[in-house]
Amino acid sequence: MNSQERVWATYRGPFDPCPPVPFKTYVVPPNQFINFQPPGLPQFPLSEALKAGTLWPALFSPYESKAGKGRV
Amino acid sequence: MWIYEKKLQYPVRVGKCDVRMARYLTEQYGGADGELAAALRYMNQRYAIPDKVIGVLTDISTEEFAHLEMIATMIYKLTKDASVQELEAAGLGPNYAQRDHALFYQNSAGVPWTASYIQAKGDPIADLYEDIAAEEKARATYQWLIDMTDDVDLQDSLKFLREREIIHAIRFKESVQILIEEQGKKRVF
Amino acid sequence: MEEAKACEPRYYEMLEQLQVLDFALVELNLYLDTHPEDLKAIEQFNQLTQERTRLANQFQELYGPLQNFGRAYSKCPWEWNQSPWPWQV
Repeated sequence: MNSQERVWATYRGPFDPCPPVPFKTYVVPPNQFINFQPPGLPQFPLSEALKAGTLWPALFSPYESKAGKGRV
Repeated sequence: MWIYEKKLQYPVRVGKCDVRMARYLTEQYGGADGELAAALRYMNQRYAIPDKVIGVLTDISTEEFAHLEMIATMIYKLTKDASVQELEAAGLGPNYAQRDHALFYQNSAGVPWTASYIQAKGDPIADLYEDIAAEEKARATYQWLIDMTDDVDLQDSLKFLREREIIHAIRFKESVQILIEEQGKKRVF
Repeated sequence: MEEAKACEPRYYEMLEQLQVLDFALVELNLYLDTHPEDLKAIEQFNQLTQERTRLANQFQELYGPLQNFGRAYSKCPWEWNQSPWPWQV
């Protein structure tokens, strides 16, 4: 679980038909904590920046598939 | 003037034949929070907004067109060699009936794109908040799409696009700040 | 001289190098749109623009034009509309 993930529990009604899901999650990306990017933030090496989708580690938000990783 | 560049912004690889994902990815092609809607929304808002944020709208809109091409590439690769039976099994039978293997600006349920998805309010704060919301909705859509495939290659390209939405949102938030503090103030960090 | 062909390993390597540089330039461009006074970022932008121009010229020499409408030279026959297109590779 990464630090950008938030967890919450859904209300359990007495007549819910399906097996309850213990918790749900949502992501709070780093753009919620930065109103105006300060200059001079450390940068990824350029090849990593392309892979990350941003030049700045401070703005990077990881996300992994609920379907996992299939065979390559 | 726009000049086309004959390359993708980011490499798009598709690791497995999965026609089903082509249908779902259409959400980001011609859906309400998709790349077409984003590109057209920002490009059109440029004409009634303070000069200081025209650059942001122009450049993000232009990048969204590059993302539209990436999504098209995914759909193209996933459907190019699919048989009619495979398309039908993936829920793309109605699409085949209308247009064979052609792509179209529609969402994952086949609803055609409409300009009603986007707005131009002529109020810079209202417009920029719409843009911020649009980026967060697109980010969420990318998350759900990433959740629907175990193809690591497809996940890789989708993760790139998801991160771009986060960056675009921060640039729009900064644009709001620039307009808030316009009154003869110098930026302090 | 042997004709360079799209889809050979070197094509993908150079293309990705170009995508790496161009991505950094997109990021810096958007950043500078809201930080027009950041001299260090402008210097980095200008330096990467120089590198990008050099690499794009090399790439186009081997694999044909990246841009149309007079932004790149052509050999004969007309190279612009030759395959592959970006979504085909």
